[in-house]
Amino acid sequence: MSSRYGIIPRLKRKKIQETLATGKRMDGRGLGDYREISIRTGIIEKAEGSAEVYLGETRVLVGIKIGVGAPFEDTPDEGVLVCNAEFVPVASPAFEPGPPDEKSIELARVVDRGLRSAEVVDFSKLCIIPGKKVYVVHVDLYILNHAGNLIDASAVAALAALRGAMKPVYKIEDDEAVLTEKKEPLKVRKLPVAVTIAKIGESFVVDPSADEEEVMDARLTVTVDDDGNICTLQKSGSEGLTLDEIKKAINIAVEKAPEIRAKITGSE
Amino acid sequence: MSPRKKKTKWERIDGREWNELRPIRIESGVLPNADGSAYIEMGRNKIIAGVFGPKEMHPKHLAKPHMAVLRCRYHMAPFSVDPRRSPAPSRRDNEISMVMRYALEPAIFLERYPRSSIDVYTEVLQADGGTRCACINAATVALVDAGIPMRDLVAACAAGKIDGRLILDLGDYEDKKGQADVPLAYMPKLDKVTLLQMDGTLSTEEMEECVGLAIEGCKQIYEMQREALKKKYGIEKEEP
Repeated sequence: MSSRYGIIPRLKRKKIQETLATGKRMDGRGLGDYREISIRTGIIEKAEGSAEVYLGETRVLVGIKIGVGAPFEDTPDEGVLVCNAEFVPVASPAFEPGPPDEKSIELARVVDRGLRSAEVVDFSKLCIIPGKKVYVVHVDLYILNHAGNLIDASAVAALAALRGAMKPVYKIEDDEAVLTEKKEPLKVRKLPVAVTIAKIGESFVVDPSADEEEVMDARLTVTVDDDGNICTLQKSGSEGLTLDEIKKAINIAVEKAPEIRAKITGSE
Repeated sequence: MSPRKKKTKWERIDGREWNELRPIRIESGVLPNADGSAYIEMGRNKIIAGVFGPKEMHPKHLAKPHMAVLRCRYHMAPFSVDPRRSPAPSRRDNEISMVMRYALEPAIFLERYPRSSIDVYTEVLQADGGTRCACINAATVALVDAGIPMRDLVAACAAGKIDGRLILDLGDYEDKKGQADVPLAYMPKLDKVTLLQMDGTLSTEEMEECVGLAIEGCKQIYEMQREALKKKYGIEKEEP
């Protein structure tokens, strides 16, 4: 399969694989080690919630804006959560200005599915007037530096930002929603953590770096909720995986998730 | 499979068994202008796929010097769902186009056609749940029909959970009302899963069972894909 790679990635892959064979990675990490995670919340005052996450050198800023809008037709008494990702050109020479490409759409959709499947917030509590007005929670993922594994970093940042988010309180007067001065917490019920595993040759590594992502065969992102259940899977990359490999990756993710979750809960 | 799913009173909305596929009809060579094509009906899904290439890559700067570039497009007709949807590609369409590419790439000898492109276009004419899987099934047959050398066929179907039970090949209703949906694509001969997504909630054990269930479904679809191809080329029975 090596002929599917250009010459530079091929050399890079060879070097990475040689290092992996010794049980270490290019940056000195073990195969199952995450890079250092640091979380800061509440850094954008104009946003209803915000968080900045560093995962090694990967840097993601998430802003939560909460507005009011119409509910979806099929869920008239539930609030709306919208997730969007921007790969801003400051983050990498490979990012160009313009409409979101498939990678940023994937990132937003995978994070979105994680939040939605685990029902991080009680959507029925985000209803103001059934069928007419509901809260619309915008989760905007802003990639400020791309050094690999954007999904996990973004998922952590989204949760950290949502946990600190305050929603404006509306009161109903004559069937109209009127904004009050009051604010109340959004109340996050669950913490679905995304764990991304890359397969390089025969090795499985968690939290792939940008170099590892460039040469990996396949990638599996597994989102695990607080009870150890799986709420999102996303396979990516141009190689297949066997059933045993999938099971192995899922087990790694389930094992790894509590460690990441503890970082989020310990961040305040 | 496992005994705990034994049926008592419970029934699926269309009366199928828990591990039964919807009726599938595949036809290859349906578009005269395409190099390869296929039409699939999977339940009430109606999907047409066309393959163009290998051909010179346009725009040229996207060409790769050592292999062909596979380009996939998943698109839904405005009338394929209720209510009408805009014909402009949605974010969902973009994501599915990408995972479709990942699902098909491992099967194709792309390295044989440097500097070229192989374009796979799928159009959903009517949607009934599981369209991405049906599109992959049709695209595979269309790729073979175009004479593109492949390592294996890619078959796809979903497994999931509704009313606490695991089921194969979710229809539209089961997809919307169920607790989980696991679309999967699989190359039976190479024993590799090339598409795997999931949303909903499943325990680790249920997840593994769903993957196994979907793989069994793919093996059945694989046979139907082969039949469709043999039929087009007038092969009645395989030589032993």
